[in-house]
Amino acid sequence: MSRASSAASLFAALGDETRLQLLHRLSSGGPGSIARLSEKSKVTRQAITKHLEVLADAGLVHSARQGRESIWALDPARLAEAHQALDQISAQWDVALERLRQFVEK
Amino acid sequence: MTTDRIEKEILLRAPRARVWKALTTASEFGAWFGVKLESEFSPGARVKGQLTFKPYEHIIFDFIVDRIEPEHFFSYRWHPYALDPKVDYSSETPTLVEFRLEAVPEGTRLTVIESGFDRIPVGRRAEAFRANAGGWAEQLNNIARHVTSQ
Repeated sequence: MSRASSAASLFAALGDETRLQLLHRLSSGGPGSIARLSEKSKVTRQAITKHLEVLADAGLVHSARQGRESIWALDPARLAEAHQALDQISAQWDVALERLRQFVEK
Repeated sequence: MTTDRIEKEILLRAPRARVWKALTTASEFGAWFGVKLESEFSPGARVKGQLTFKPYEHIIFDFIVDRIEPEHFFSYRWHPYALDPKVDYSSETPTLVEFRLEAVPEGTRLTVIESGFDRIPVGRRAEAFRANAGGWAEQLNNIARHVTSQ
């Protein structure tokens, strides 16, 4: 997979509220089963499973079999890559604000 | 772990009125941001102009002014990394940029929040991601050179 299409699947995976909530749960609560991840969720277990599979395809999560159920966990390296795009815009702001500082403090 | 927003805070050793003027006067905004703006700011107004730093002098930069609350709050909407003249970005959901000013004993605390990145189309985020991954360090150098040569 090329870098660009790889990034496209990454952002497609992130562009959904349920999937972002799943990532948030895995991030704050650690690895979990489908049963735990669908607690207090308006979405069915089947839908949660589908969303997790999209996240897995993008490399954001992975699952491991534990007895009769799968335990899903976050893959932080891939998420860091998504943040990299924001980091670049963030750096752009740092430069612009430093110029503003020089402008108003002179 | 948000991918939707960027938040910056900077302490400026200048009075709040001075910072306000630098943010909301077209010529002053243009001077530090690097753009030659064609009109002043008012709520709802579209402000545009040509970028003045390399390698983007051919790019028309524009934003829509959102709110102006004198010396406290200024916001606008724009299309981030809209740097390809062949692409029409107008159908995309813009991000919102907010400036908040607070007077403190040392001067002015300025907070900048840019939000709405998660609504940018997947394809273009990918494109921007790819373009930025290789080229951003070089762009920073260009800007730094420009600033120090002024």
